[in-house]
Amino acid sequence: MNEEVSLRETYGRTLVALGKTNPDIVVLDADLSPSTMTKFFAKEFPERFFEVGIAEQNMIGIAGGLAATGKIPFASTFAVFAPGRCFDQIRVSVAQARLNVKIAVTHAGVTVGEDGASHQALEDLALVNTLPGFTIIVPADAIETDRAVRAAAAHKGPCYIRMPRVKLPPVYDDSYKFTIGKAVTLREGKDTSIIAIGVMVTRALAAAEELEKEGINCRVLNMPTVKPVDEAAIIKAATETGAIVTAEEHQLNGGLGSIVARVVAASCPVPMEFVAVKDVFGQSGKPDELLEKYGLTADEIAKAVRKAVRRKG
Amino acid sequence: MIRLDLAPSLLYNGDAVKSSSGSKKPPSETPADRANAGVFRSQEDLAAVALRLRRHIVTMIARAGSGHPGGSLSAVEIVTALYWRVLHHRPADPAWPGRDRLVMSKGHAAPVLYAALAECGYFPVSELATLRKLGSHLQGHADRTHTPGVEMSSGSLGQGLSFATGVALAGRLDRADWRVYALLSDGECDEGQTWEAVMAAAHFKADNLTAIVDRNGIQLSGFNRDIMNLEPLAAKWSAFGWHVAEVDGHDISQILAAIDEDKKVKGQPSVIIARTVKGKGVSFMENNVDFHGKAPSAEQLEQALKELV
Repeated sequence: MNEEVSLRETYGRTLVALGKTNPDIVVLDADLSPSTMTKFFAKEFPERFFEVGIAEQNMIGIAGGLAATGKIPFASTFAVFAPGRCFDQIRVSVAQARLNVKIAVTHAGVTVGEDGASHQALEDLALVNTLPGFTIIVPADAIETDRAVRAAAAHKGPCYIRMPRVKLPPVYDDSYKFTIGKAVTLREGKDTSIIAIGVMVTRALAAAEELEKEGINCRVLNMPTVKPVDEAAIIKAATETGAIVTAEEHQLNGGLGSIVARVVAASCPVPMEFVAVKDVFGQSGKPDELLEKYGLTADEIAKAVRKAVRRKG
Repeated sequence: MIRLDLAPSLLYNGDAVKSSSGSKKPPSETPADRANAGVFRSQEDLAAVALRLRRHIVTMIARAGSGHPGGSLSAVEIVTALYWRVLHHRPADPAWPGRDRLVMSKGHAAPVLYAALAECGYFPVSELATLRKLGSHLQGHADRTHTPGVEMSSGSLGQGLSFATGVALAGRLDRADWRVYALLSDGECDEGQTWEAVMAAAHFKADNLTAIVDRNGIQLSGFNRDIMNLEPLAAKWSAFGWHVAEVDGHDISQILAAIDEDKKVKGQPSVIIARTVKGKGVSFMENNVDFHGKAPSAEQLEQALKELV
């Protein structure tokens, strides 16, 4: 039951399922289909799969053209390469053009591991978050990935879906219903709220359990839709628990923490602490070693919660 | 007059924007019906159209006080050939699925496109006076979310051929019989993405795609040959697997002949390298780098209109 499952493999399988019922689904990849798992779709629907080679800018432009002609393109590569390698194409040929392009990326964050800093996307959420009209989804497990990919396909408008390389343990069961723009309360609590995404969600739950032993009662929210962020859930959490800790596998600057802080500062100022990569690049190592090295652990979340609770005064 | 009430509905997923005028018929003074009916049969009529487009271009840019006259004037015959003789299109129904598509990659030359769209009846000619003004349909660079008939948002160079390739691939999936045309500047052949797309369109054997390069020889800060040499340009496209034609880009019959030939090509995309003169038709703008991106003054406009008769 608690077996770890690959989000990107789920992504690939879900694309095939969508392709069977919707002939408008088309998929593009930039020479990474064995890794992004779009290879399943390529095998099943070769006519609707476009391998563009190592050319991410071109991939995004082609996706824009396909969308302008009624197709629903899913363009996939690693998170470092989209938006990193093609930000202006995403900005002009997709976002400004208001086209129905889905950019689904894998290998986000330091959990890429041994490939090192060049391959560890820690800036992508900040970049895409600046683009009007985009929806950003960061699934926390395989079930949520499946639901998110289906929701993105049904949603009219550009979407960015961010997945890690590593397998993740289940957060949800098969009955899970995902809604774009809605936070999910995984645990009720009154002393502080932990808002987490992606690989940090299970770590947030572990931290909450540990803190319970100390008498600190944490609410845990998963915020799968980073944009548009669930402002109501943030305001409710701030108002009811009086402090917020965010946890993400992303740079401190411009990620989930910044997005939540903007809402908190504007509507309901409370103490906030941030668990994220602190303005440095990653390096080679094992995923767990890197999470430890950059402070992306349940322990660090717990420390941040204690500090936030102290600051409540 | 700026017509904020005509803000187009911004539709996701699908075909550009709806006609701004909704069910209203285009104004009767526009030659929309004639454009579709193909009554412009003689070279004389097309020359008259080209002249009107040139007058619109210099007038709207002068009135806006900024813009790119040089690369608009150089593309007049190309755009005239396309809208009056080549494209199957319905100005009253810009999102008509069966239309041929023109992807305007050189988005800074939007004035030549706007002039053609207005003359065809996509929107009233009077709207050309709103170019670059707040709330206008007519943005400084071509934008599909603002202007009926504009297929792509451009202005950041090098993105159009990728987009056109995507449109061509979608057309092929749909077994559609319409074609895609992409109008590129020669300067944007500096961009790596252009060559990514050149490689890809040939790889995908996109024979429903014709690229037209407005080879006017000048980019923002100087002559191509001084900024970044493009030659041998035709040989480059050919080496990438394209069917290549070189024409005099101000001779509409040559442009039409090349496009007719493209339609017969199977298994590869086509490119027409159209040799043109930047600023064509206005003596002091011709081959003048200064008028890549500068509006004529009131006196210069008067002079230009005297020449464009």
